[in-house]
Amino acid sequence: MDLAVEGLGHRYGGTEVLRDISLEIPAGRILCVVGPSGCGKSTLLRMIGGLERPSAGRVVQIGEAPATSLNPLTFVFQDFALLPWRSVAGNVSLVLEDNALPRARRDAIIADVLARTRLSDFAHALPRQLSGGMKQRVAIARALAVDPAVLLMDEPLSALDAQTRELLMEDLIGLWSRTPFTAIYVTHNLAEAVRLGHRIAVLSRRPGQVREVVEIDMPLADRQAGDPELEAVQARLWDLMRDEARAADAELLDG
Amino acid sequence: MADATDSHGSKPPRTDAAASREIRFRGGGFRPQSNRWAGIAVFIVLIALVEIGLRQGWISALTLPRPSAVGATLWQLWESGNLTRHLFPSLSRLAVGGAMGALAGIAIGVAIGLFGLARAGLVPLVAAIFPIPKIALLPLFVIWFGIGEGSKYALIALGTFTPTVVATFGAVDNVDRTLIRMGQSFGLTWWSIVRKIVLPGAMPGILSGLRVSLAIAIILLVAAEMLGAQAGIGAYILEAGSLYDLDRLFAGVVILSALGVTLSWAMGLLEKRVLRWRA
Repeated sequence: MDLAVEGLGHRYGGTEVLRDISLEIPAGRILCVVGPSGCGKSTLLRMIGGLERPSAGRVVQIGEAPATSLNPLTFVFQDFALLPWRSVAGNVSLVLEDNALPRARRDAIIADVLARTRLSDFAHALPRQLSGGMKQRVAIARALAVDPAVLLMDEPLSALDAQTRELLMEDLIGLWSRTPFTAIYVTHNLAEAVRLGHRIAVLSRRPGQVREVVEIDMPLADRQAGDPELEAVQARLWDLMRDEARAADAELLDG
Repeated sequence: MADATDSHGSKPPRTDAAASREIRFRGGGFRPQSNRWAGIAVFIVLIALVEIGLRQGWISALTLPRPSAVGATLWQLWESGNLTRHLFPSLSRLAVGGAMGALAGIAIGVAIGLFGLARAGLVPLVAAIFPIPKIALLPLFVIWFGIGEGSKYALIALGTFTPTVVATFGAVDNVDRTLIRMGQSFGLTWWSIVRKIVLPGAMPGILSGLRVSLAIAIILLVAAEMLGAQAGIGAYILEAGSLYDLDRLFAGVVILSALGVTLSWAMGLLEKRVLRWRA
């Protein structure tokens, strides 16, 4: 199943936040969306996931989602969005309970995704007992449980410290290498974008427009922090973004 | 300094006493420590003061009964079986009226929190009912529901209803919207989101609202029993008051206080159980 964004635009009241965005999201690849803060990249993601309605243009699904997928478009949120009153296993269970699955099947899925995210030992822990990195791994496990066709990741590592971010990035690369998934990964962190993105779409400041889409051919598994080729791409992305980011920083939020 | 010039050890000598001073701790206070005995001690001291004052004569016997006499009256009440005769009807009125009011309040409060129409239509109504002293409506309730249990249930129910509604819809408003958005993004049904995300998220606010409602319920219980009740703590207190029997009046008051403390303690237990997920 592929996704395509066609001529998408959006305004909040009088403020135009997105203008004429067209993107293709082919199956099995990760598209990173980068841009200065306030450029509407999270809004774009919410529109792709059907949580918000664009004022112009549309998001199209090409082909059917696999029949096994319980929730084709699945979000991973920046602030984890875990229910504090449910255990790790309970948080994963939440998204399965509305599907008529036999109990044994549900338990098997929970055990499987917790094993894949190395959380099996913490199945009965409550979110407040977990570190930030573990919380995000729970959120990723929860997303994997519904067997998504496309993962929509909204700055999933931004709330974490640098070391945890590095570890979780390796986790994500590991997950993708074993079973490639489709993902749209929104971030303002260029280092994350060059590590995880097969393609990187650079948005301009508000109103967000696609300035350029950069392809990186190097396999995800071969990408290391500090690789000169990636550094070069990152420098180029920063060149594209620097003036935009500076201008965005000088704007009033409600201007 | 003398010892500084004398020292030839491996430690570097401190050159000046004024220059090396431990930083003064200034981060204390503003964090009440729990001490279960302090509360009991305050009670004991107060009661002992009254008892001594009455015995010594510096408190007039007309103004207060002797605590020991109140104790004796309570013991008598227990021995004669009259305590259960009065306590049981009161407790059942409290339970039935309180449960009706609290359940209706939670239901309406959740509806106000979730639906714009309910909010627009019911919030002004609740605001209009809230400040009415419910006791003033008792004669009206007697006409509507009869002099029996019905009017007592209705009074207690209405009294607990309004604070519960206000606490509940405030709590629903405060539920983290990102959690609701998350539920929607996983395709959860509306009913699942309400049951598994909104209600548990609102539970801390609902429970603290219930604490207030229960206290109000006890106040109204006494008021309700002052009209046309044969048995009940309120009837007992009213009878004692009209006979100016201070020992019995205070015995009744002590029972009410004990009821309040017990209910508050039970709420504490419930909160601890239901809200275990909080730190």
